[in-house]
Amino acid sequence: MLAYRINYYSGILIYSLNIGVNYFTWMAIYGNGDSLGGFTATQMTSYVAVSWMARAFYFNNLDREISTDIRDGSIAIQFIRPYNYVLVKMMQGLGEGMFRFLLFMIPGMVIAMLLFPVQLPTAPSAWAGFLVMLFFSFLINSQINIITGLSAFFVENNEGMMRMKRVIVDLFSGLIVPISLFPDWLSSVLKVLPFQAITYLPGSVFTGRVQGDGIWNVLGIQIVWFLALLIPIVWLYHAARQRLFVQGG
Amino acid sequence: MKTRLTYRADFWVEVVSDLLFQATNFIFIMVIFMHTDSLGGWNQNEVVFVYGFFMVPFGVFSCFVNLWGFSERYIVKGEMDRILTRPAHNLFQIFLENVDPPALMGSFIGIIIMAISGGNLGLPFEWWTIPALIILTLSAVAIYTGIYTTLTSLSFYSDAPTGILPLMYNIQTYGRYPVTIYNRAIQVLLTWIIPFAFVGVYPAALFLQRDEMTSLALMTPVVGAIFLGIGLLAWSYGVRRYKGAGS
Repeated sequence: MLAYRINYYSGILIYSLNIGVNYFTWMAIYGNGDSLGGFTATQMTSYVAVSWMARAFYFNNLDREISTDIRDGSIAIQFIRPYNYVLVKMMQGLGEGMFRFLLFMIPGMVIAMLLFPVQLPTAPSAWAGFLVMLFFSFLINSQINIITGLSAFFVENNEGMMRMKRVIVDLFSGLIVPISLFPDWLSSVLKVLPFQAITYLPGSVFTGRVQGDGIWNVLGIQIVWFLALLIPIVWLYHAARQRLFVQGG
Repeated sequence: MKTRLTYRADFWVEVVSDLLFQATNFIFIMVIFMHTDSLGGWNQNEVVFVYGFFMVPFGVFSCFVNLWGFSERYIVKGEMDRILTRPAHNLFQIFLENVDPPALMGSFIGIIIMAISGGNLGLPFEWWTIPALIILTLSAVAIYTGIYTTLTSLSFYSDAPTGILPLMYNIQTYGRYPVTIYNRAIQVLLTWIIPFAFVGVYPAALFLQRDEMTSLALMTPVVGAIFLGIGLLAWSYGVRRYKGAGS
């Protein structure tokens, strides 16, 4: 990955630019007002920066990798091997995530803090809590990716599904607009979907909007979704193995 | 093109996922205006109109000029050699091979959006509206083509410039909103260096009768010609340097 040096530098630039466009747009929206959907201007700036930087860590292309494995047939060999395919993919994603954490997220965060008035908590417990939540963001996002990827077993071409998934995750996770700013009906729908657990909830905790017991609530929601999403994965995985035998004859 | 239409379901899936992507930007604009009346002095209908205009050239560009994945397909896999042995101009062949009709759907939606928001604003429909729309759209497509051709021709020199294209796609989003909300440095960047303001807000300002931007709007064809020229020069220079894949 280090061989692609241009990609690395431009990656940091991409994330800084995304924070930039969101920052200026939000500042124009705030104009003279001081609070939107429970966010002050400073909290919003921090929220935008934290959300994009969290994305630098949890983002991965597991869906694409899995569906490529399925389409070129190499998944057959991987299934025979004495390990769990999904678990291995997850670990690869985590490895990539750690890499991105150290080389994207931390330098990107430093740049964002220099350019924009980002205010982060100082208490070590907040940081520890955030890292735990970030880890769950990664797990839940990867689970959704794995489900999308494994669907290639059952749909002829899941290219469109992958694209839709990306758009839906970015929007409904609260990356582009914090969920509390959506119209009521939409935010109540989003509250029962897993996406908010990826960006919105951890971001709310880290910018200090959610405090005290609310933090445990957030962690609870993340854990529940992590467990709930295991069910379709296990089911898809078994169904996929069955189907593979049929195809392989 | 034929292979694309073979899978009819794919065609529609692509249309839907494209539209969904545009819809997220609309939801963003809608949500913003639930909480504020103006964005840098522009009201909701004006911002929506700018976005509608932005979609028109972008759809045309995505349909006819698709350089996404050029480096992997043509340089790494060596298809460039095949292109160069044919008589037709190489860049033209590459464009033709990658025509992507579903993208045009975005342009139609963009026109509808302009019509609706323009109607809400009570914009006059003059004799020059349609010709101006066509000229400005073509100019904007020329700007896109110039910028992306220039960047793609980097793949004749470097192994992995792939990271730059997504970067451009992100910068492009700046041009959709009234540039006056950004700080001075970004405004200059978007106007004169990577002129994405000329594919969205400036030309749209002509129809919106925003006098402060009219002169910039009228410059769009000039900027288009200049950047297309740069793109073609960079490309033909790159092709001359190209020595074939591998061996």
